[in-house]
Amino acid sequence: MRTGKLKTNNGYLTWLFLWPSLLGFSLFYLLPFVTGFYYSLVDSPINGTFVGLHNYGALLKNPSFLSALANTAKFTLICVPLNMILSLGVALLLNQKLPGRNLFRTIMITPLVVPVASVVLVWQAFFDLNGVLNSLIHALGYPPVDWMKTNWSIMVVLVGYLWKNTGYSVILFLAGLQNIPAEYCEVARIDGASRRQEFFRITLVYLTPTTFFVFVISIINSFKVFRETYLISGEYPHNSIYMLQHYMNNMFMALDYQKLTSAAFIMAAFIAAVVLVLFIVERKISNMIN
Amino acid sequence: MLNRNHRIKKILHITVLRVLAALFIFPLAVTVTNSFMSEQEIANNYDPVADKNLSSYNDDTANHFARFQLIPDVVVLKQYYNVLIKKTQFLFMFWNSVLITFPIVIGQTIVATLAAYAFAKLKFRGRNFLFVFYIIVMLMPFQVTLVPNYLMAGQLGLLNSRWSIILPGIFSTFGVFLLKQYMEQIPDSYIEAARVDGANQLQIFLKIILPMSKAGIAAMAILVFIDNWNMVEQPLIFLQDAAKQPLSLYLSRIIDGEKGLAFAASTLYMMPALLNFLYAEKYLLEGIRLSGIKG
Repeated sequence: MRTGKLKTNNGYLTWLFLWPSLLGFSLFYLLPFVTGFYYSLVDSPINGTFVGLHNYGALLKNPSFLSALANTAKFTLICVPLNMILSLGVALLLNQKLPGRNLFRTIMITPLVVPVASVVLVWQAFFDLNGVLNSLIHALGYPPVDWMKTNWSIMVVLVGYLWKNTGYSVILFLAGLQNIPAEYCEVARIDGASRRQEFFRITLVYLTPTTFFVFVISIINSFKVFRETYLISGEYPHNSIYMLQHYMNNMFMALDYQKLTSAAFIMAAFIAAVVLVLFIVERKISNMIN
Repeated sequence: MLNRNHRIKKILHITVLRVLAALFIFPLAVTVTNSFMSEQEIANNYDPVADKNLSSYNDDTANHFARFQLIPDVVVLKQYYNVLIKKTQFLFMFWNSVLITFPIVIGQTIVATLAAYAFAKLKFRGRNFLFVFYIIVMLMPFQVTLVPNYLMAGQLGLLNSRWSIILPGIFSTFGVFLLKQYMEQIPDSYIEAARVDGANQLQIFLKIILPMSKAGIAAMAILVFIDNWNMVEQPLIFLQDAAKQPLSLYLSRIIDGEKGLAFAASTLYMMPALLNFLYAEKYLLEGIRLSGIKG
């Protein structure tokens, strides 16, 4: 790694620090993960016989799983980049000397600390068929839209996600920006770089580690949107926001553990692949910088 | 000319930020101010949403829509009286939230601080591999390990007990991830100097790493608190017994009925998180800041 690590001549001490975490991690995450994989290969969780990839095959023909998978992928693909662009934009604004910028920063991050359950009420009143948004649309002379019960519902979830998570990413980007030595930009400017070149060649490159971190956090939080969706519209929301987590929860309620675990592993494989690719890219760029 | 452009740009930037700030704070402001409204006022504002019998947008009258009103006509404390004194259920649920959240925060803080130090500053075989594994597992939604976790909780006799939520919560790898990033910022030279002075591993951890990681640890504790104060999925699955469920689940249920009550309950529910945040904002920002610098 980049920082030179210290040698410990007493290796057992390392384990002293690590074992509580490792033990709990193994028991509550690793072991379930592995046994989960086993469940996905048998036909019943108790005394099941081995059926290979049968469950996976069946799942890939299941329309409600496929639509949940597509919805989750679609949502992540839209919300993560959008969150990153929006928060980088705000961070760039806040990186200038503006009056009251600390207050802006505080306000931007408040949604993160407010429990979802507390504002769901406002959310509902805003997006309901008879809600505030529709009263504005009505006033403009257009027919109201039933936001939560049409294909628009993904927009509602997206707004909720951005509202909650932009502030966190703004703080991270702001820190990354403030960490870029001012000389780099000065040198570039002396060399005749345009503002745009300066942004793409210096700012963005040096922001890579921060960007990676924001990306990881954004993905985690994109899965947490399930909470909002669940609180607003229950176990069976409109088709367009029926996510993998809804599917898994409902399979759990139906005691269909094979479908659930297979679905879980398809999701896990996707996530692992994305993270590994990004991890490698990030390492490469970081090494280039150093 | 250049100066003038610059000023126009600055005003534009400030305006954009002000609009954003207003949008961000609005849902909070509505929740808090409406908790002081009378039932009558709440009904006037929200009945079109609450009462489905009224709803049909074919009617041309504008008062068939809900509206947000920020300032109450009359400030009343009746909703708070109802929530806190008349309906003791709320306090029970609030206490349930506390009983689940606090052990997780304390436990994860201890476990994660120790592990993060090992990952950030100690050398051992398979460290990077293990850490990538931690990240991948951290990214998995709760549902991925749901069934085995559920079966294991059954085996351990933890079903329908708070511990079935608390124990996995303590060992969530998020804290390790955040703090490892943070601790990597601490220069190795401090540790080397301490070692030259004859400090052992434990002393280095307690006297150098811990004090220097204060902001990071505080940030982690706040984020973990918020995350678990908010939890929905775990209690939904693991706690069938309504008497043990936290307030987050309860709130989603009262929303359908008494709206007025819900605003007061929501306000009270967000207070611990909000106060926590305002009190420790400095640490939170600092902790988030430094943990995000290195990828």
